Amino acid sequence: MRSRPDLLALYGVAYVLFLYGPLLLIPIFSFNDSIYVAFPLNGFTVRWYEELFANRVMLRAAWNSLMLAAAVSVVSTAVGLLAARALTRYRVSGRSFLLGMISVPLVVPGIVFGIALLILFRRFLGVELSLYTVGAGHLLLCVPFATLTLLSRMESFDLSLEEASHNLGENAWHTFWRVTFPLARPGVLASLLLTFTVCFDEVVLAFFLSGTEQTLPIYIYSQLRFPQRLPSVLALGTCILAVSIALIALAEWLRRGGGRHAQDGGQNA
Amino acid sequence: MREAEEELPRIVGIARGRRGFLPSDNQAAYGLLFPALLVLFALMVVPLAALLALSFWRQEGFTLLREFSLDNYRFIFALSPEPRYLGAIPFPFENPIYLMLAVKSVLMSALATAAVVLLAYPMAYFLAFRTHQHKFIWLIVVTIPFWTSYLLRLYAWKIMLGGNGVVNASLMNLGVLTEPLGFLLYNPFAVVIVLAHSWAAFAILPIYVSLEKIDRSLLEAAANLGDGPWQRFRSITLPLSRPGIVAAVLLVFIPTVGDYFTPQVVGGTSGMMIGNIVQSLFTRTNNAPLGAAVSIVTMAIVTLVATGFVALAADRRKRPGGRDDAVAA
Repeated sequence: MRSRPDLLALYGVAYVLFLYGPLLLIPIFSFNDSIYVAFPLNGFTVRWYEELFANRVMLRAAWNSLMLAAAVSVVSTAVGLLAARALTRYRVSGRSFLLGMISVPLVVPGIVFGIALLILFRRFLGVELSLYTVGAGHLLLCVPFATLTLLSRMESFDLSLEEASHNLGENAWHTFWRVTFPLARPGVLASLLLTFTVCFDEVVLAFFLSGTEQTLPIYIYSQLRFPQRLPSVLALGTCILAVSIALIALAEWLRRGGGRHAQDGGQNA
Repeated sequence: MREAEEELPRIVGIARGRRGFLPSDNQAAYGLLFPALLVLFALMVVPLAALLALSFWRQEGFTLLREFSLDNYRFIFALSPEPRYLGAIPFPFENPIYLMLAVKSVLMSALATAAVVLLAYPMAYFLAFRTHQHKFIWLIVVTIPFWTSYLLRLYAWKIMLGGNGVVNASLMNLGVLTEPLGFLLYNPFAVVIVLAHSWAAFAILPIYVSLEKIDRSLLEAAANLGDGPWQRFRSITLPLSRPGIVAAVLLVFIPTVGDYFTPQVVGGTSGMMIGNIVQSLFTRTNNAPLGAAVSIVTMAIVTLVATGFVALAADRRKRPGGRDDAVAA
C-alpha cells in the first residue's frame, strides 16, 4: 500500500485543480482590463466592479434574490427541523419510505418540477408568476436539503439528555428550548446557510417560475446575450462565489461536527 | 433506486447508527412531519399530477382543449415507413425528433456518468485510504464547488473552452496550434465534460462512503495471505465498493438526462438535449401539452434505463464473490 502513495496524491491534487481551475477564471477575468474575455490578459482594473454597483437592474435582482433566499431558508429550515425531529425522536412507521420521498426533489431534474409547477400555477390555479411562485419551487428543493442536513446532526444526539430533562420535571416545551434546540443549533445554522445558498443560486426552477421580477441568476442568464456585459457579469460572479464559498465552508464545518470529534468524527476528523 | 434512496441521505451526511429511539408514537411523529409532507404533496405530487393530466389534453392554436385524448402520445409514437437515423439507431417515426433527442440525451448522460464515475473513483479512493489528519478539509474542498452557482460554473467553462479561451490560448502560446480549435465548444463533448465537472461531488461522496466502510482487517488479512495490491483491490475493495458505484451512477445519470442549461450554454445545436426541446415547447413553440407528454415519455425512458441498470448490478452481485450483505449494511 505504501509503495507508491505519490501517484494517488498527485491524482488527488490534479482532481482538485480540475474542480477549481475553471472557477478561478471568473475572478481572474473580472479584474482584466478588456471587454473581451480571452487571453492574453490586458492589465488590472476595477472598473467592472464600479459598473456593476451602478447597475440598478442588477441591484434590484440582487435584492430580490436576497429576500427570497432569506425567506426560503428560514421556512425550509423550520419545516426540516420538525421533520428531522420526528425522524430521530420517534420510531416512525415507513421511515425509509419517508426518507426516500423527501430525497426525491434532489434527484429529479429541476426542469421536471419547473414545468410541473408552471402548469399547476398557470393552467390550473391561474396564479400570476412572481417571486412567490419562484419561492414555492425553491421551497420544494430546500426542504429536503434542510431535513437531511438536520437529520445528520440530530441522529448523533444523546436522547438520554432529553429524558433526563423530562424526568427532572421539565415540560416538553422547556425541554425543547433548553436541551434539544441548543444541541441542534449547529445543524440549524448549517441548514440555514446551505438552503440560503441553494436558493440564491438556483436557476432552473427560477427560469420557469419567475415573472417580471428577476432573481439574480435569471439576471445573469439574461446578460449572456450581450457579450460586452460579460466582464461585469464576471465581477458579479466573483462576489457571489466569494460569499457562497465562505457560507458553504462554514455550513459544512458546522454540519460535520464543527471540528470536534462528533458522530462520524472518528472517520472524518 | 433503493440504493439511491439509501445513499442520498448518507451523502448529505447522515450517520447510520440509530441508537436510543424512544417508543414509537406515530401520531406525534406525523404531526411533526406534517409541514414537510404538505410541502411534498402540494409542490411535488400535485404538480406532477397536473403535468400528467396536461399531457392528455391538446393544444390547438392558442386554445387548450381540456378533454382526455392520447393525441400527444400518438404524435410522438406515430410510425413512418422511412426511418431516420441517429448514428446507427433507426427511428421509424413520423416525428422522430422527440424520441431521438430523448435517446441522445440518455446516451450523452450515460457517457458523462461513465466519465464522472471513472474520474471520481480514484479520488474517492484517495480520500478514503490516503488522507488522514486532513480528511475533513479534503471532503469540504471536494464538496464546495458543487454548492456554488451552477450558472457561474457554466460561464467558467465557456471561458475555458471558447475560441480564445484558456485551452486554445495556451496551446497557441506553446506553439502547438496556429489557429484556435473551433470544436472545443458547442458540441456534445463539451456538454459531457461540463456535466462531468458539475456532478463530481455526487459521484465522489457515495463511492467514498462505501470505501470508508470497508473493514481494513480484510485488506490486512489478504496481504498477510500473500495477495498483491492489485489482487486485493480486485477481490476486496472493488466488490465492496460496488454499492457506492451503483449509487453514484444513479445519482449522476438521472438528473443529467434532464439538464437544460448546460446544453443550452455550451452545447450549441449539435449538443441539444431533451430538456431544450421541452423548454421550447413550453415557451416559444407554445405547445405545453405536447411538452408535458414528451417529459412523461422521457421520464419513463430514464426510469426504464435506471431500473435495468440496477437489475444488472444486482444480478452481478449474486455471483460468488459478490457481497450482498455489503448492500444491506
